[in-house]
Amino acid sequence: MAPCMESPTSRSPVAYLPLFTSLALGLAGLAACSKPAEPAPAAPAAAPAAAPGEEKAPAPAADKPFTVGFIYVGPKGDYGYNQAHSEGAAQVAKMPGIKIREEENVPETVAVQKTMESMIELDGASLIFPTSFGYFDPHILKLAEKYPKVWFLHCGGMYVEGKHPKNVGSYFGYIDEAQYVAGIVAGLTSKTNKLGFIAAKPIPQVLRNINSFTLGARSVNPKATTAVVFTGDWSLPTKEAEAANSLADQGVDVMTMHVDSPKVIVETAEKRGIFVSGYHANQSSLAPKGYLTGAEWNWGKIYTDYVTHVKAGTAFPHLLRGGLKEGFVKMSPYGAAVSEETKKKADAAKDALTAGTLIIYKGPLKDNTGKVVIPDGTSQAQTDVELEKMNYLVEGVVGKIPS
Amino acid sequence: MEGEALGLLGVPLAVIGGALRVSPPYLFVSLGECLTEKSGRVNLGLEGTLIMGAMSAYGVSYLSGSPWLGVLAAGGVGLLLGALHAYLCQQPRVNDIAIGIALMIFGVGLAFFLGKPLIQPTAPRLPAFEFGNWSSSSPLRAALQINVLFAIGIVLAFAMRYMLQRTRWGLLLRVAGESSDSARAMGYDVARIRLYATACGGFLAGVGGSFLSLYYPGSWNEGLSSGQGLMAVALVIFARWDPVRCLWASLLFGSAGALGPALQSVGISGGYHLLSVAPYVLTLAIMMMTSSAHRTLLGQPAELGAAK
Repeated sequence: MAPCMESPTSRSPVAYLPLFTSLALGLAGLAACSKPAEPAPAAPAAAPAAAPGEEKAPAPAADKPFTVGFIYVGPKGDYGYNQAHSEGAAQVAKMPGIKIREEENVPETVAVQKTMESMIELDGASLIFPTSFGYFDPHILKLAEKYPKVWFLHCGGMYVEGKHPKNVGSYFGYIDEAQYVAGIVAGLTSKTNKLGFIAAKPIPQVLRNINSFTLGARSVNPKATTAVVFTGDWSLPTKEAEAANSLADQGVDVMTMHVDSPKVIVETAEKRGIFVSGYHANQSSLAPKGYLTGAEWNWGKIYTDYVTHVKAGTAFPHLLRGGLKEGFVKMSPYGAAVSEETKKKADAAKDALTAGTLIIYKGPLKDNTGKVVIPDGTSQAQTDVELEKMNYLVEGVVGKIPS
Repeated sequence: MEGEALGLLGVPLAVIGGALRVSPPYLFVSLGECLTEKSGRVNLGLEGTLIMGAMSAYGVSYLSGSPWLGVLAAGGVGLLLGALHAYLCQQPRVNDIAIGIALMIFGVGLAFFLGKPLIQPTAPRLPAFEFGNWSSSSPLRAALQINVLFAIGIVLAFAMRYMLQRTRWGLLLRVAGESSDSARAMGYDVARIRLYATACGGFLAGVGGSFLSLYYPGSWNEGLSSGQGLMAVALVIFARWDPVRCLWASLLFGSAGALGPALQSVGISGGYHLLSVAPYVLTLAIMMMTSSAHRTLLGQPAELGAAK
């Protein structure tokens, strides 16, 4: 499983509306195909030797702008997952000679194939970032075979060398490092020693965030505990608000979350007069009093790097991963309620994580039922694949993984 | 652990608080649907009306700065959608179920389309009555915040029951719903009665939507309703077409939704999927227990779903 995946919520029938739109776009794309002037890079990658007469892909000629496509599963102004990606896209748009194309609300269905196809055929995109987890298989794989000269770079880290087409790559970030630092801020700011975490689904990436947040908090405040509420899906505003209220009722005074759009939770926390730590993007404007910090993606760095590589034609790894050190994730600026002392400790942890001297998951580590999950003397660094199968909640987390 | 932690005591409190916070949209939509169905027509499109109401309330509140103007706008949009439904259903050989589904998809799609620029901005919200100010416990104060709209909804439920049972208007509505032939024989225009009932029902559903976006959870986004409008339509059957029972049923659904998060917040997370489906299982069970092959459901308007 890969980390930066937020599949859309179970959708009402209307979610297919964008599908119809992109279907129409796709048809328009086919229509454009028939125009003789357009070089159609549609030949399937069958013959290994370049067949004579085969069209060249839209090469990044100096006079022609280099077009990059971005596809989002939800609205790009959601204060969450999609906003983080669109902020990255905005940085790409500022690069000279680059034109970007964006499409929002593209479901993880055949609709995304139509969107990609129209970006390639109509807009001449030579690089596409389909940013949602479920776009990869089979949609990206299918299109990558059909358009061997176009790059498809997917957020999710699912690329397997030798198994997937050469023009596909994937990337993801260790955002739990940022949650660890946020946990330190939360643990030192909390007066009740009770922290709250509102999570969508109990998948490894979410559990890893919960655990890292808790480990961070307990590294500086051993009395801190984290109560977890699972809502069951990526975007359920009413349930999220209910969860936030229940946690506040229980005396939780700092909460954070892993849902698609944290806006409702951040606003509810502010209304209840408690502290909140953000996720995905910077939500400080929604909670000017209670916003402490937040774990944010920094896709701008990854996207601009990728575009530079692809444009120049230089080699780069198909699978990119990184955390604070590589600049893949970052912290929101500290809020007004964070003390100088706290800032110092959080910054120290951030520096240690950046330098690679701090390992979050090291033994002895017990889960919250008392079972040892990482024995004394061993440790799991960020790149350890064991961490991607996480199925436990560490000691200090109140709650159980729903089965 | 300090003073504010309530432990297990917090669970009933959260459930009561949740009922008061979550139920108003159910209440308004089910009252609207109740009114419409009493006149002998089903409007399944209220989910679309709810979401359109939520979107327009948020937009108008954001642009004008007045949340009450937003509520009014939501009602107005609901009124129009209801009237549209009634108008389409009056045409010969038109099925009101099919029209309802079409309008539901239309309403939701239109709201998503028009609501795109409203996801990010923060609009002024509706105020609440602070019934818990006597208490020093902040959880209790939060639970007892009652929105003005909800208070209106409660009054409305009783008023509507009185209207249906004791007034001439109510009688007319029921005649249209029980036997359109009798209404016609009495010289009344059934289509017009249903038009009014459906439009008013749409108004109420729109107002219910404004509660979602302007009070709780209090934000506009595309997952806002997650099917609450549809559930509210089913709730009318559960409440046997009685406005006051709609109120109790809405409170029940609201509290059932709050139970899961409340239990998890004290560390009880077993069977949370089961808890989430509890209200639906309850509805199914009651429907099965009360249905019979020999008679229709008690209180069901006879014209409902009748082939035209």
